[in-house]
Amino acid sequence: MISGAPRITPDDIAFAWEFKAAPFGPHSPGLERILHIMRGQPMAGKLVLIETEPHRAWTLARLTGVASQPVEMLDGPAFTDRADAEWHVFKLRWAAHTGAALEEP
Amino acid sequence: MITLTGYSEQISVRPGDRIAFKVSAEDGAAYTADIVRIRCGDTNPAGPGVSETVVDREIGGRHQGRRQVIRTGSCVVADWRPGIAVPESFSLTAMIWPTTPGDGRAQAIISFGSDGSEGGVTLGLDESGRITLWSGASVLAALGRPEKARQWVWVGATFDAASGVAVVFRQPLHPTHDSGATVEQNKVATVPQLEEAPMVIGARLAEVSNGRAVTRGHYNGKIDSPRLACRGLGMEALHVLQHTPLLIGGALLAAWDFARDIPTTTVRDTGANQLHGSTVNLPTRGVTGWNWTAAEMGWPNAPEEYGAIHFHDDDLYDAGWEDDFSYAVPMDLPSGVYAARLRGGADNDQEEYIPFYVRAPLAGPRSDVVFLAPTASYMAYSNFRVGLLGEGAETVCTRLITLQPQDMFLADHPEYGASLYDLHSDGSGVCYSSRLRPDLGMRPKTVRWDGMGSSYMRHFNADSHILDWLEAENFGYDVLTDEDLHREGLACLAPYRCVITGTHPEYYSTAMLDAVRAYSGAGGRLMYLGGNGFYWRIAFSDATPGAIEVRRSAGTRCWDSPAGESYLGFSGEAGGLWRLVGHPPQTLTGVGFAAMGFDRSSPYQRQPDSFDPRAAFIFEGIGADEIIGDFGLIGDGAAGLEIDRASLGLGTPDHALVLATSQWQHSTTYRLTLEDLTFNDPVASGADNGLVRSDLVFFETANGGGVFSVGSIAWCGALAHNGYDNNVSRLTGNVLRRFIQPEGL
Repeated sequence: MISGAPRITPDDIAFAWEFKAAPFGPHSPGLERILHIMRGQPMAGKLVLIETEPHRAWTLARLTGVASQPVEMLDGPAFTDRADAEWHVFKLRWAAHTGAALEEP
Repeated sequence: MITLTGYSEQISVRPGDRIAFKVSAEDGAAYTADIVRIRCGDTNPAGPGVSETVVDREIGGRHQGRRQVIRTGSCVVADWRPGIAVPESFSLTAMIWPTTPGDGRAQAIISFGSDGSEGGVTLGLDESGRITLWSGASVLAALGRPEKARQWVWVGATFDAASGVAVVFRQPLHPTHDSGATVEQNKVATVPQLEEAPMVIGARLAEVSNGRAVTRGHYNGKIDSPRLACRGLGMEALHVLQHTPLLIGGALLAAWDFARDIPTTTVRDTGANQLHGSTVNLPTRGVTGWNWTAAEMGWPNAPEEYGAIHFHDDDLYDAGWEDDFSYAVPMDLPSGVYAARLRGGADNDQEEYIPFYVRAPLAGPRSDVVFLAPTASYMAYSNFRVGLLGEGAETVCTRLITLQPQDMFLADHPEYGASLYDLHSDGSGVCYSSRLRPDLGMRPKTVRWDGMGSSYMRHFNADSHILDWLEAENFGYDVLTDEDLHREGLACLAPYRCVITGTHPEYYSTAMLDAVRAYSGAGGRLMYLGGNGFYWRIAFSDATPGAIEVRRSAGTRCWDSPAGESYLGFSGEAGGLWRLVGHPPQTLTGVGFAAMGFDRSSPYQRQPDSFDPRAAFIFEGIGADEIIGDFGLIGDGAAGLEIDRASLGLGTPDHALVLATSQWQHSTTYRLTLEDLTFNDPVASGADNGLVRSDLVFFETANGGGVFSVGSIAWCGALAHNGYDNNVSRLTGNVLRRFIQPEGL
């Protein structure tokens, strides 16, 4: 990584708990910084939800970022609450960015 | 998984008309078709619920499904003229600006004399991007180096039947970084066998099916001034062929000039043989050519510098499907929004809607109110792929992208084409959209990733909240579409006391805007119940009905038109924002686009103007301290998604009343629209910039007319709250009841 590029470190842990408490905002400037990094990753490989029942159920998938390639369905939990899905993906992204799993107290 | 899709060539019909529907069943399964009147398409358990009425059941009985295909990729097709001898020797030249050379596919620049088998001659780029001359699948000659993307180069090929020598060449036209003029020649083993067959520019012929050329090997990029001669010319003569083709005399077969007839599908051969052609699938015209000097920024002022066409392998105009069934609209069918509702599929789990609009009978009777369906804006968003491919989609919507069945279908079906928000495979912006293909998003019951909770509806489906409210409140209404407005102008609005817009009437042609403006000035009453309306200028073309064009520069946008290409090919008008061509939306509706955000909507607070006696009728039954719209199905508030503000500087009439505002109620995710930023101001969010707001505005117009604007896409999502008993519903109803009274405002 080029020096100075925005990144997420274990010191940002307080923002993780803030996100868990209110995944849909409003968010503090510190959490916005974390979310901009996570959500700003390229479309190729981005985790998304698939709504399997309107307004009721969701599963995880991954975008390819390529027009002629279908979305990659992922094995994983089925969600019945959007907030649970947001937190699940936040934890996956946290681990990918910091190199360490998010240990919930 | 969606397997059943369809469309109709007609979108607006009257009683007595017959409307035909075209259907594709991927699995070939049978289906039935009912005609339904649509009131509400909201599947949200917290919403008013789906409401539709079957008006005719099982039209034509049970239909056997069949798969109908869509072929994308644009080109020019010119028929060979009987009586002109097919040449044994030939020369082919063109100026080209390829955008994806070496993308692993062979791309045809010019192809002729092929019956679609392995005959014929093609000049093109091979898989690695090298200029190549083929006879069928055999390489006659090829250059050794690949072309670079987005560099103008003069290319060509010759074949001399007497000597059996084939030549290919390239010569860079702007040789600052590329001085590599190259010629290769080759004594060929097989002499091309040519036939009378359509010539194709930008692709090669695969077959002629039902009189329609089926093409393949589509080229990405620009082609300018293609030439064809019936002799194998030397380099000096090839220069003459390219630049002064008529001096070649009898050897000239065709010299196409793409700068002529730009608004049409016609491609003109300036030679004596008149081998004119037609564009297929709407390649982009009115684009800068090899000789563009930048002295003029639009094609109407220097057409001779706009002799290029930009072809794309994923362009699409007309899917060209065959009809499957039709419906005679009964004489007594009330005006409204209807759809052919298809049900079937191998697992009996398929449901598809093909919406259409039924107008009032020409001779009446009519309602006092007309809902002006923003069908041009629906078309602009048709088959929107931003949630699959658009960088920034998640940061803007501020939650996980939540794909819906229509998104999954589009991911599997690139051939269904894209929206005006998407990019072509070569990275250039999609500037044409057509409704002559299934639009997976223009359906009742659709939920969208770019909406807001709890209903997540936008566009066609969100507008059903308006229909639902009109019916719940017992307001009679007729419907009109944008295409009716474009074609008929003021005449189609004039009979109505009040015109109600949709939630996002963003795309307007000049004729459409002129008509609404004239209506407003002639005593008409306009209720603008949306946000970010009257924003982009579009054009229609008589040559390609059912399609619209946009050019984008400045404003909140997904892509930019290249330098010199912001003039509309369909009309020759300066494209882009209405604001930047002298007609800010504020001059019509009192408000214009201010900001957008996707986290949540906000309420309005009453302003001093709301206590003006002129506004008393609007606030009847609403308390002086009431917060307006702190509820709703689109973001839990009435002001949200895309919001508009009043601005005297941008043309809000100085007698307009700003009744309420959402200023300082929005989060940091709401960002000021880019045309408001003249420098890189970091103070540009709902939390810190007072321009980020929705204003509720009322003003009287000439001849007793009036305008009421909500300046928010989310407003109509609040109408149904608490069984329609709420202050958004009450306020909207107060306005409408007054607006349909004959007495002047």
